[in-house]
Amino acid sequence: MSKIKKIVSFLFLPMLLVIVLSGCKGESVANKNIATRIKEEPTITWGVKYDTRLFGMMDIKTSKVEGFDIDIAKAITKEILGKDGKAEFVEVTSKTRIPLLKNGNIDAIIATMTITEDRKKEVDFSDIYFDAGQSLLVKKGSHIKNIKDLTAEDTVLAVKGSTSTINIRKHAPDAKILELENYAEAFTALQSGQGQAMTTDNAILLGMASENDNYELTGGTFTKEPYGIAINKGQDDFLKEVNTALHKMHDNGTYDKIFEKWFPKDAEGRAKKGAQF
Amino acid sequence: MTQLFQTFSADFFSGFKFTIYASLLALIFSMIIGTLMAILQLSHNRVIRSLAKAYVAFFRNIPLLIIVMFFYVVAPMYFYSFDGFQAGTIGLTIYTSAFIAETVRSGIQTVPKGQMEAGLSSGFSYSETMRYIVLPQAFKIVVPPLGNQFINLIKNSSILAMVAGLDLMYQGDLIASTTFNTFDTYIIVGLFYLILTLPLSYLMNYLDKHWSNA
Amino acid sequence: MSDAFSWINLRFLLDGLWVTIQVSIVSIIFSMILGGIAGTVRYSKVPVLSKVMGIIVDIIRNLPLLLIIFFTYFALPQIGVKLNIFWAAVAALTIFESAMLSEIFRAGLNAVPSGQTEAGMSSGLTYIQTLTMIVLPQAFKSMLPAILSQLISLIKDTSLAVIISLPELTHNAKIIYGQNTNYVIPMFIAMTAMYFVVCYLLSLVSNYLETSKYNY
Repeated sequence: MSKIKKIVSFLFLPMLLVIVLSGCKGESVANKNIATRIKEEPTITWGVKYDTRLFGMMDIKTSKVEGFDIDIAKAITKEILGKDGKAEFVEVTSKTRIPLLKNGNIDAIIATMTITEDRKKEVDFSDIYFDAGQSLLVKKGSHIKNIKDLTAEDTVLAVKGSTSTINIRKHAPDAKILELENYAEAFTALQSGQGQAMTTDNAILLGMASENDNYELTGGTFTKEPYGIAINKGQDDFLKEVNTALHKMHDNGTYDKIFEKWFPKDAEGRAKKGAQF
Repeated sequence: MTQLFQTFSADFFSGFKFTIYASLLALIFSMIIGTLMAILQLSHNRVIRSLAKAYVAFFRNIPLLIIVMFFYVVAPMYFYSFDGFQAGTIGLTIYTSAFIAETVRSGIQTVPKGQMEAGLSSGFSYSETMRYIVLPQAFKIVVPPLGNQFINLIKNSSILAMVAGLDLMYQGDLIASTTFNTFDTYIIVGLFYLILTLPLSYLMNYLDKHWSNA
Repeated sequence: MSDAFSWINLRFLLDGLWVTIQVSIVSIIFSMILGGIAGTVRYSKVPVLSKVMGIIVDIIRNLPLLLIIFFTYFALPQIGVKLNIFWAAVAALTIFESAMLSEIFRAGLNAVPSGQTEAGMSSGLTYIQTLTMIVLPQAFKSMLPAILSQLISLIKDTSLAVIISLPELTHNAKIIYGQNTNYVIPMFIAMTAMYFVVCYLLSLVSNYLETSKYNY
């Protein structure tokens, strides 16, 4: 075979393979109706965070994941499937959660996920189950009581590329912003005095404050970050069941019990029954 | 798929550029460090020899990810804040240098000892024998496996995606998470990598065939 | 600092190491089977099939493993194949390692003198019998160090599966130090030590095999 033919066939065959593969899209896993499936196999697979204190955190001692998101998910599973219902948890990250949902690897995402217009184009959201908002974390006794107290003399610590960073620039244009790699590093920077305040969702800040008595949230929230459960488009039956379960939980006190277990001191995040974006 | 490519072509090409930068930088420095380590392993000084051997043994037996994470996570806490590209490239360099050290060392040692003896007894000095007799032969032995190391390097450069290193894989991730079209995006990313690695791979096969009879 | 190495943490890390080892062993077994078949097919120069196999192998070998992992976990479900994290990692690693091993098999088979095949065939054995009873066993001896070296690579590469949340060693170490910044350095030391010990021991075995097992 001449050299050119060789090259062409080397490129052509893989292309052919790819076209064939994408053509024969078998019964995509995601297209199966979840509501009907769980009637036969009573298991719901939830995507949760494993590294966010208070919401979804792996307990090293027991190797089980624990948090507000987990408890809400378990309660919803019980409401929909009864005593025999099983809630399975799969670890997700902000990067992997939507592809996993759309591919059908998980049935729903409950992972500190804020409802936004952009995201609503890709997935459906349940009613709001936690009202987060961006807030500030400061050392106890700090002069900063409010977002307005941030002056040009103050440095605020945020996480690179997060929506919190964009928002803080809008709300406190005078203050200096230092962007760190992740929440853990930002908190270390706060502790070492590299900044006077740290900003992200109050829910995440609460997690840090819960570990450290010297720090507290201040000034309430200056944006709205409502958390919702994300469900793939085309699963309207399942979405309805989840919302119905949430309503029942509000009615019979389960929601309040779970909320108070994880957030005994904070009333702000409590979502109202039927609250929608 | 072509639509996806057209919309994001700037991002794909930017990532492609960074992949090439990282690969070339890592190649140059890992060659320098690797060759140095190879020669040091053959030193007469026992301490130097052991240190070089330890360096090679250590970095060959731990994952590349851990080396990169060290520069991205640990270093900023204690000495210097490397950004994703820097941490990734440095990690890539150190990891590859250990493999190059092995390749170069075994290449030098494969040249029959007789060559050195013949050279010395013909009146050449040690370094002349090395330069004109041993190393040219070592070079032919070593180039195909080194070529393979370079191909591995290019593939390993995808590690930059794990630390926001702006490379091709990282851009692919961003695009896939914006468009939710994982299948097409990763096919395009794959094709870009193949453009770099396939030709090198066939070149190495060709060299291997034609040089092994030397 | 010493409570960083508490039994709770160490046990969590060891759980991760166990997953690393499980994934590696399952993957290497499947890869040897698939890679062995692919390599043998390429060696036997079966018309059409060898060429096609060759192209597929070349493509896979020249792609980053990270890409293959992503593809297996995220793209395959779009064509109906749903795998959990463990099996997606195994599948991705198997695909990659099979391609690598097929080349090792092919080189190993090529190294066996053709006289062996001729002798076998002229003694009345079929091609497949000659392959399995005469050629492969001899080839295998020379391939063992290379196979072990791939296993070492595989164990290191399982760390990449942290991106799909496989609960292996690197992932578990990240979780521990994510919860407490004081644990960062101890966890790095611990994970590095664990990987090093496993891989270095295997490399010693490989060296031993290379020196003591003689090929002609």
